[in-house]
Amino acid sequence: MLGLPSAVSKVLGGTPELASMVWSIPGGTLSVALDALSGFFLVPIYLVCTLAAFYGLEYLRSSPRGNSLGVFWCSYNLLMVSMIVVILAKNGILFLLAWETMALTSFFLVTFENERPEVQAAGWIYLVATHLGTAFLLVLFLFLGEAAGSYDFDRFPPVVQFLPSGGLFLLALVGFGTKAGFVPFHVWLPEAHPAAPSHVSAVMSGLMIKTGIYGLVRIVTLLGPPSTWWGVLLVGLGVSSGILGVLFALAQHDLKRLLAYHSVENIGIILTGLGLGLLGLSLHLPALAALGFAGGLLHVLNHALFKSLLFLSAGAVAHATGTRELDQLGGLAKRMPVTCFFFLIGAAAISGLPPLNGFISEFLIYLGAFSTVTAHSALVALGPALVAVAGLALIGGFAAACFTKAFGIVFLGEPRDPHTPEGHEPGALMLVPMGILALSCVVIGIFPAGLLPAMETVVASFTLQTKDDLSVILQETVEPLLILSLAALLFLSLAGGFVVLRRRLLRRRPVEETVTWDCGYAQPTPRMQYTASSFAQPFVARFAIFLRTRHLGGLPKGFFPRMASLSTKTPDVFRQSLYAPLFLGIEKGLHYLQVLQRGRVQVYVLYIVLALVALLTWTRK
Amino acid sequence: MDATALLAPLAALVLAPLFLGIINRTKAFFAGRHGQPLFQLYFDLQKLLGKGATYSRTSTWIVRGGPIIGLAALMVVVLLVPLGGLSGLVRFPGDLLLFAYLLSMARFFTVLAALDVGSSFEGMGASREVFFSTLTEPTLMLSLAVLAHQSHSLSLSSALGAVTVTSWLQHGTSLVLVFVALLVVCLAENARIPIDDPNTHLELTMIHEVMVLDHGGPDLAFILYGSALKLWIFASLVVGLVLPVRTGVAFLDLGSMLLGMGLLAIVLGCIESTMARLRLLRVPNLLVGATTLATLALVLAVR
Repeated sequence: MLGLPSAVSKVLGGTPELASMVWSIPGGTLSVALDALSGFFLVPIYLVCTLAAFYGLEYLRSSPRGNSLGVFWCSYNLLMVSMIVVILAKNGILFLLAWETMALTSFFLVTFENERPEVQAAGWIYLVATHLGTAFLLVLFLFLGEAAGSYDFDRFPPVVQFLPSGGLFLLALVGFGTKAGFVPFHVWLPEAHPAAPSHVSAVMSGLMIKTGIYGLVRIVTLLGPPSTWWGVLLVGLGVSSGILGVLFALAQHDLKRLLAYHSVENIGIILTGLGLGLLGLSLHLPALAALGFAGGLLHVLNHALFKSLLFLSAGAVAHATGTRELDQLGGLAKRMPVTCFFFLIGAAAISGLPPLNGFISEFLIYLGAFSTVTAHSALVALGPALVAVAGLALIGGFAAACFTKAFGIVFLGEPRDPHTPEGHEPGALMLVPMGILALSCVVIGIFPAGLLPAMETVVASFTLQTKDDLSVILQETVEPLLILSLAALLFLSLAGGFVVLRRRLLRRRPVEETVTWDCGYAQPTPRMQYTASSFAQPFVARFAIFLRTRHLGGLPKGFFPRMASLSTKTPDVFRQSLYAPLFLGIEKGLHYLQVLQRGRVQVYVLYIVLALVALLTWTRK
Repeated sequence: MDATALLAPLAALVLAPLFLGIINRTKAFFAGRHGQPLFQLYFDLQKLLGKGATYSRTSTWIVRGGPIIGLAALMVVVLLVPLGGLSGLVRFPGDLLLFAYLLSMARFFTVLAALDVGSSFEGMGASREVFFSTLTEPTLMLSLAVLAHQSHSLSLSSALGAVTVTSWLQHGTSLVLVFVALLVVCLAENARIPIDDPNTHLELTMIHEVMVLDHGGPDLAFILYGSALKLWIFASLVVGLVLPVRTGVAFLDLGSMLLGMGLLAIVLGCIESTMARLRLLRVPNLLVGATTLATLALVLAVR
């Protein structure tokens, strides 16, 4: 059983052909097809699932479950297959079946360590959230299928009775948005992702939430020409999701929870790109459409790479030290140098720094947004584009702050808690997958122009623009991307040159080691170091209106205080102030229905009769 | 590519330390002191490059690599930045994004190097640095968007090259707002008064200087030269904006721009001599104020 996931992934691991093949499965018109859009989403699924499976082999070796991992790997494989079917499905029923399998198997994976109460709670939240989302999808597909008389995607009509296509778009947005996890549908994400084993978090955060994005793109292509407000709404949701996601991340002390909130942020960036693309389609601005979609979709791939890299290396830290609390860690750069290096690459990539892949997709989205600025487009395109520009700049700043915090506190300084185990480098089975992911981040970052033809095919496959139009626009970005490669190489060689220069200069000169400078105080202790909470304090104080951080403990009292402690906790404001009151209200409302529950069979028979009579009169009408 | 394209980056690489010298002499003049020589930073760099190094026992390769990565990033930025009408060595549509993100990259590694030694002073500086720079990032991007809008171009060289007397006459209000916003960004990013005081001797109140407390020798030389370059980079944006001399004759342009840079250095010296540093809690108000000005400038421009 243990070897199966890798075998399965290897069989499937070939590069997908960008061709279409349709076949019928016995018992209906269940069809699958592999087109450019599906192929694009499948590449990271194949790659990351395989790597995460190898990683998982070692990661779970010390699990208290011992050898009874069969159920776990079975769920893992089913999750992988169901994601692939979701991407390939060309039929509403097949799609929903795979969607449901994906939700259930990932639920089993999240609750792997189900002896811990917080894991159970996270599992339930996830299960409820994903089913609420699916309910919206069910309604959406019922509407479409009813109007077409068939659940095949290519028969779906752009307009249905009773509901304008905008309504269908909103249904898709809520349904798929719950899976993708943008604000305000993100509440399950920071609960479920940290609870799962790290390689499952990598798969869920890097890949599974992208199926929401895939579904949204797929449905939007079926709905005909988009209205302008769709794009505006997506940009608005994307920017607010990006800013709020990264703000919540800044206030977290749990490494994996912090990463989970960053998924909310990155889904926001993807959504911003897609929103700009839709806006370009509806207003006939080909540059905005091409660059928005290309940037947004490329960020899907890039986020899959660096987020799974970050989750895997965070898992290595948790595995070695037994804790994910930032303030108990520190100084791991010395004990886990390779993991530290991989995490650093992931951290720089997710902060959008050149020369890594995160910068490339943000660069394309920026170029798209700026194309309306230089062309002096109408305000309806210019406004959202400028909001996207300012939002992306702000998100970039926040992300850099958050990852200097995460990396700095975990890997740098001295260990902050003497009780935390010292940590050790993981074995090759865990390191090699991380290395491959890190390498792909670097390669995409340094040679981005190679991806443009692929992006051209993908974007052309679902926008109605002809490929020639697109290639003109994307050809114009070839030159900047090539110069970016040159700049990256120049930067690396300059850095290399300075390394040599520094080594030359320091040869035969005294190089000493001493204690850290603390204003002449020569007895620094690890407890004096800055912590994650203190690093993030300016942000938390300034943005208290969104974060509502609670401070526990108090100020020291008296002239010679003996003990004082302070800890902060930042619960999710949407969960606390929106969903908790909402669901409590629903529960309260449902209590009134208990009047009907009499506990006597005769009364229930009466209910059945009444219901039948009511239905009969309704159909006879 | 003609040889004049080399003028802007060469001027930056050679003259950046002198810019700081002029500021310091202006400050000394206000204080009634004779002050340090104009070329003091060159002497400092030479001395530091000749020294050994001392590292904290806590530190790792990050503290050794941080200054190198920072300086390499800033040197690439220098190639992108125009000096008024003199275009940068490298220009392409979208280079203003590379400009902004390479600066973040330099900052990212400076902050990490500060956290590497595990001192709470440096942690404090690092935390403030990321907070304030997060607030300046949108200002910079929006100011550049105004310039991109007026020049129909996404390249720094074309955007600043298109600022002429005519454009000042036509869009004066919006350009004045961009000027103020960029000046605040310049002061904040380069740790100048009123945001940060480069001369203070109290670690608790510092931002940029406290982050580099544990660096010495050649590493400190890299850092000092890097900050001089960074100040020059931002100053040349500001001067390029307010001095619309675009004769097309390279040496006239260069001369007027260098004169402008000298004047700006004196102005910065005056600001630093006549103002006190803001209280740290007030700094965000100033930075958000600059963002508001940049937004207003953009609204006026696209109106």
